[in-house]
Amino acid sequence: MFDPDRWHEIFYALKKNKLRTFFTAFGVFWGIFMLIIMMGSGNGLENAVFADFGDMATNSVFMWTQRTTMPYKGFQRGRYFNFRNSDTQALKDKIPEIGLVAPRIQAWGGGGANNVIRNERTSSFTIFGDYPDLQRIDPLNMTEGRFINELDIEQHRKVAVIGAKVKNDMFEPGEDPIGEYLKIQGVYFQVVGVFESRKSDQQSERENQVIFLPFTTLQQTYNYGDIVGWYALTSRHDVPASVVEAKAKRLMAERHSIHPEDQRAIGSFNLEKEYQKMTGLFTGIRILVWIVGIGTLFAGMVGVSNIMLIVVRERTKEIGIQRAIGATPWNIMSQVITESVILTTAAGYFGLVAGVGIIEGVNLALAKAGTSSDMFKNPEIDFQMAMLALLILVISGALAGVIPARRAVSIKPIDAIRFE
Amino acid sequence: MISLKNIHKSYVTGTNSLHVLKGINLEVAEGELVAIMGSSGSGKSTLLNIIGMLDTYDEGDYRLEGQLIRNMSEKRVARFRNSHIGFVFQSFNLISFKNAMENVALPLYYRNIHRKKRNQVAMELLEKMGLSEWAEHMPNELSGGQQQRIAIARALVSRPKVILADEPTGALDSQTSYEVMDLFREINQSGITILIVTHENDIAHMTGRIIRLHDGDIVTDEINGIRRKQPVLQTLTH
Repeated sequence: MFDPDRWHEIFYALKKNKLRTFFTAFGVFWGIFMLIIMMGSGNGLENAVFADFGDMATNSVFMWTQRTTMPYKGFQRGRYFNFRNSDTQALKDKIPEIGLVAPRIQAWGGGGANNVIRNERTSSFTIFGDYPDLQRIDPLNMTEGRFINELDIEQHRKVAVIGAKVKNDMFEPGEDPIGEYLKIQGVYFQVVGVFESRKSDQQSERENQVIFLPFTTLQQTYNYGDIVGWYALTSRHDVPASVVEAKAKRLMAERHSIHPEDQRAIGSFNLEKEYQKMTGLFTGIRILVWIVGIGTLFAGMVGVSNIMLIVVRERTKEIGIQRAIGATPWNIMSQVITESVILTTAAGYFGLVAGVGIIEGVNLALAKAGTSSDMFKNPEIDFQMAMLALLILVISGALAGVIPARRAVSIKPIDAIRFE
Repeated sequence: MISLKNIHKSYVTGTNSLHVLKGINLEVAEGELVAIMGSSGSGKSTLLNIIGMLDTYDEGDYRLEGQLIRNMSEKRVARFRNSHIGFVFQSFNLISFKNAMENVALPLYYRNIHRKKRNQVAMELLEKMGLSEWAEHMPNELSGGQQQRIAIARALVSRPKVILADEPTGALDSQTSYEVMDLFREINQSGITILIVTHENDIAHMTGRIIRLHDGDIVTDEINGIRRKQPVLQTLTH
């Protein structure tokens, strides 16, 4: 196998007709190059889309109230209603499939007007009231301090967790916001934590302008009574989120005298469903990429096979001589197949390197430019994929060599020697 | 050494069948130097190819060193050829991209002998034959006579029992031809059986035995000028 004579012969055969070797190799090069570029781009698209999900629990469901659309139990249609604190307990008690329940509320009143004041600085931010469990459903990166905890909830503490943008707008650069006070819609809150969004682009921009208060504090401070704005729920890990979604909506309908057929009274968003849609889409894209890539590679392989047939034909006489002096058919066949594998693998390897190089280049350029787009992020090729592609190359090279190799030994040695 | 009994061979092309060998009976003892003569189409090359296991026969028995050569797998044939037979061709048939020494060493490659070892063996042989100064030359840098001597060295390197030469002097001038024949005779004196196909009388007469073929039959078989077999004049009666 590693006899220099063998390599000598292989390189001689390939060198003898450089242009032809080049074009043949180019077919394989292009096949693997396209496969890598398409895979990388697919991954880039996928990363961009999934980055929007941040690190949100993919089994989460969001549920909010709307207007009823059907009269029921003496109520007219078009009624507004609200979830209440008692609903939270009911969800926990009656639906065993639920993993986490996080009631949420937003303090209305900002509405674009400046609602947060600190010394001479004023600005407008979004104010949410939340439970600690939110961190496990829609997590944030805590850069300083802490998130809201159980004691804040129990003792209705006037504490605030602020986004990076809030810190930036309300504090001097380098100033430590922890322990400082912000006047939020007329009431002073002590800052206990700063966070950064894990999402991308506009979504993260929006999230970084949020101030989180303890849910109970917000309800009490701004006179919401026991009203819950909406729920963030997760299913237990062995249960699909859609089960929890359906059950929670049915329970809420019962508790708020809503017609069982009324589909529009309670709105909901099932992240799992969206996630699966995306996953399905990208599985489709990946399958397409492989079909096109393998197809291109196959075309390249046919090219190699063809060229090897010509090489074998040109060397018929030489093969005949070799057989006359004692080469077995397998000696000849393995020679041809090795040649084919070398050609395919070398060309494919260059395609692989070029493809990965371009992908990495784009990656670097994107990182340098500092801009990110909704459509493309971190195009990448993982090592396993590259190895798989290389393995496919070696196998296809061997396959491409089989027909020419059989051809090489199908001629009787005596006819081969006489061949001119 | 070589024993042929009633060997028949036909080439079938489409509906035509060409009967090339019509029952050849031939015994060649170890150490003989034999010339096979005949006009083109007489079947002399076919006979040599059958002896060299490069071609198959349709009928009869062919034994090489007592071993019946029939229905052998390509692999066994290749091994047998490698160990028993050396070939010399009219057009030398050296591998163009290997130098003289590598060409000589090639049969040993198929015996899986290590590169260093086989190049050493080839070099020793070339030295013995006075060809060592050409060892590093490529075939296209050598004259016809030199190429043929390298080809003979290649045939010898695997220490075969038999050397088969198909018109070895056909592409050489007469001076070089005689030199090549001298080499064959020298090799023959070391005990190796040699069969030479030729159509040149002077070349044939430098051997110990001349077998003449005509239309697929052996017509004469002279040993040292003595006829052993009367001409079969079948052809005339047809």
